[in-house]
Amino acid sequence: MTTLDHPATTWLTVCRLHDLAYERGAAALVPDEAGGLPVLTQVALFRLLDERVLAVQQHDPFSDAHVMARGIVGTRRVADLDVPTVASPMHKQVFDLGTGRCLDPAGKEPAAGRSPDLRTWQVRVVDGDVQVAVGGGPS
Amino acid sequence: MDAQRHLVVVGGGMVAQRLVEALRDRDGDGVWRVTVLAEEPRRPYDRVALTSYFSGRTPEDLALGDAALWDDPLVTLVRGDAVTAVDRATRTVTAASGRTHRYDHLVLATGSSAWVPPMEGADLDGVFVYRTLDDVAALRGHVTALAGERTVRGVVLGGGLLGLEAAGALDALGARPTVLQVDTHLMSAQVDLGGGEALRRLVNRLGIGVRTQSRTTRLLPHRTGGVGRVELADGTRLDADVVVVAAGVRPRDELARAAGLPIGPRGGVVVDDTCLTDDPDVSAVGEVACIRGACIGLVAPGYTMAEVTVDRLLGGGAVYPGADTATRLKLAGVDVASFGDAFARTPGALEVVWADPVGGVYKKLVLSDDARTLLGGVLVGDATAYASLRPMVGRELPGDPAAFLLPEGGTGAPELELPDDAGVCSCNNVPAGAVRHAVAEQGCHDLGAVKACTRAGTSCGSCLPLVKKLMATELGKLGVTVSSALCEHFALSRAQLYDAVRVAGLRTFTEVLERFGSHGRGCDICRPVVASILATTAPAHVLDGERAALQDTNDHVMANLQKDGSYSVVPRMAGGEVTPEGLIAVGEVARDFGLYTKITGGQRIDMFGARIDQLPLIWRRLVDAGFESGHAYGKSLRTVKSCVGSTWCRFGVQDSVALAVMLELRYRGLRSPHKIKLGVSGCARECAEARGKDVGVIATDKGWNVYVGGNGGFTPRHARLLAEDLDTQTLVRTIDRFLLYYVRTADRLQRTAPWIEEVEGGLDGVRAVVLEDSLGICADLDEQMARHVADYEDEWRATLDDPDKLARFASFVNAPDVPDPSLAYVPTRGQVRPATPDERAVLVAGTTLEVRS
Repeated sequence: MTTLDHPATTWLTVCRLHDLAYERGAAALVPDEAGGLPVLTQVALFRLLDERVLAVQQHDPFSDAHVMARGIVGTRRVADLDVPTVASPMHKQVFDLGTGRCLDPAGKEPAAGRSPDLRTWQVRVVDGDVQVAVGGGPS
Repeated sequence: MDAQRHLVVVGGGMVAQRLVEALRDRDGDGVWRVTVLAEEPRRPYDRVALTSYFSGRTPEDLALGDAALWDDPLVTLVRGDAVTAVDRATRTVTAASGRTHRYDHLVLATGSSAWVPPMEGADLDGVFVYRTLDDVAALRGHVTALAGERTVRGVVLGGGLLGLEAAGALDALGARPTVLQVDTHLMSAQVDLGGGEALRRLVNRLGIGVRTQSRTTRLLPHRTGGVGRVELADGTRLDADVVVVAAGVRPRDELARAAGLPIGPRGGVVVDDTCLTDDPDVSAVGEVACIRGACIGLVAPGYTMAEVTVDRLLGGGAVYPGADTATRLKLAGVDVASFGDAFARTPGALEVVWADPVGGVYKKLVLSDDARTLLGGVLVGDATAYASLRPMVGRELPGDPAAFLLPEGGTGAPELELPDDAGVCSCNNVPAGAVRHAVAEQGCHDLGAVKACTRAGTSCGSCLPLVKKLMATELGKLGVTVSSALCEHFALSRAQLYDAVRVAGLRTFTEVLERFGSHGRGCDICRPVVASILATTAPAHVLDGERAALQDTNDHVMANLQKDGSYSVVPRMAGGEVTPEGLIAVGEVARDFGLYTKITGGQRIDMFGARIDQLPLIWRRLVDAGFESGHAYGKSLRTVKSCVGSTWCRFGVQDSVALAVMLELRYRGLRSPHKIKLGVSGCARECAEARGKDVGVIATDKGWNVYVGGNGGFTPRHARLLAEDLDTQTLVRTIDRFLLYYVRTADRLQRTAPWIEEVEGGLDGVRAVVLEDSLGICADLDEQMARHVADYEDEWRATLDDPDKLARFASFVNAPDVPDPSLAYVPTRGQVRPATPDERAVLVAGTTLEVRS
């Protein structure tokens, strides 16, 4: 089922909410665009205890492997707030799941030409369906 | 060409060992070759630690330094051949065997012998001295033989450092010792009357009797032979089944006397500040040397003399700086230290004394007449301040000196900031600056690294608390956190958290976090730690409930993550044993899934390049072929490596494979702070390289020797002997306890070698816990291991039986059958390897896939 919400935004249903385990990632393939051509991009989905689902890129910019969904979920205190995080399973860089920002590069540089921060996708849950905003929506 | 010169060292004690070590360290060009002529039939050993021989240590544990020293082609050690004569005219020495050795330079390092005062009965059976390993072994044999018949009464003649050590040894053997001291108080050479009195009370508490001002006049035989009684000058007679004479030592200067070298007024070969005797080709070092008018019966000044001698031999200009006569006695329950001008002999010296007769504590500081500069001190009952105060001798103490004497937790002494040139380790002459430099400049961020780098604390170990403190301060300056808190979510260390979770009986991460955490939902540090703790306190499958969210990806998918995001798979081959059918099955799986195969260091087979969605398919095949998880991914037991053992090997004395298989099946799946590896060798040839393992077992013709704390990796370590000649049942029980004690108390990602260095009491402490149950926890450990063995299940088989668990292995939640399109492989040497980024750009272009919506 796909829903049009914004002229440029498509909500793509990827799974049911109960398909996702709490505080553990799962990867999904979503349509995307690269250099004007349609491609499939891997996203990592995370279901938190408060039933929020957050999505960041599955690609780890530091190890250049598609592994972010396999990282450990947790929180880190940033300016008195506990922000949800994921740590790369490869070399433990820590990222803010909400913003994608790299909070701890663990002493490493990202792979050549990569930003240390992760791209994010908007996610909503409608009637138990987990939907990712794809195709030109805000990210 | 200059001929190589020959150094001959007479004597094979600790100072000789240090001299050879220093020479080989510094003489890179090999100007000197050295021959050490030792009277005792063994390599130099740690005489200072002799008493520990009674608490279960073996002669091997008393070995000094790196044994490789004696394999150096420039070093010759002749054991069991005492030198009988020195001929200075021909520059030769002659040994008891008749062999002669020509020298270019001679060093006398003959040490001292125990002095037995002339008295009737000194030659009776059951009268011992306390000087060499043989003396101590004979004493142990005698007391053990008598102990079967009755309570053994022991009398020690001499209430000095050595006498108290001997009394402690008798006590450890189960004998009832009494110390007879001629002087007014114990340790009268080191502590004052007040300290001696406090010491007497402490020693009494251990069940050791003390009589001061008691001169022994004769020893009387028992009617059944051997010594029976001791008679004192006042006519008192004491029953004694064994007598240890510890009345002092005399320098072994007979060779020098016969060779016509000048001898000091109270014995000893007279040397100048370069350690040379009257003869420029002869030096003397250690206890036999009379330097600045006296012989010194301590090892640290001997080490200094060895270093001075080596420097001079290599053309240096070193001179003897004077002796640091600070001493510390360490007996169970008795802590005594004396340093600097302990008797306040400096004109105008002031004494600050704090005594607590009830607590058995006496402390005294000696200060200069303006009460500012520390001159010396005596600490009895609580000598914790020794390590930080001793280096301050001759320097101004900050604040009120009395603050340093009050008990810990009182008003608190000011933090001592040691000057860089203040000595920290007197055994190895390491100043504070060297420790700071090691931490700040040489990247040593843990105690083991600092010890290896500076040698501080590697001999007697008494300075280790100070070294640790210096290291922590320095790390703090570098901004390295030295707090033992696990992470921002837990203020506890791993060991504290383990105990807390175990005692509170918690079963889930959320419970642990609510009870002991501070905020948030944990992180990649604390989650795996809690998972590991719960695995042994409340065992359950790694993917059960909330536990699944605590695991690192390796434990979560039960395989090893590789650089491209694929995994490797290792089935267990216990003991490295595998059937031809098993090999074929593994080969077929690897072939069918296109996996790269490699033999591991742990004697099994690793298959690389498995996608996450392939793991259940691979394991279905492996489980059907009779394999189970090898836990190569876990912080847990990895393998028990073995040699082929007595079933096939011509040299094997025990069935090492059978034992290795049994141990691997016993400890499989045991979650721990870091990986654990074991090895079993079937004979002393050690083909399984067991001493490079956390637990190494080596067969003897009487049973098994067990070694602990070995590892390869960045800092390779050889395992050290824990116990000898155990039968299989005792061996297994010992390893059970060792492993669980480690699991309970080690820090996160700390392997057994650094753990042993940091755990209470070091290796001796571990031995006391696992062999003598000194903490009273062994029944608990045994029960915990029994439960682990009974509850074990193959986590892969359990996963295959559970559809919910299998769902975690989908490649994509919306396209579970689509393989990860980013993975690409290229052939290499007949197998595959991950494509490089450049290769991948070509291989993975333009993927089109159907997406479920």
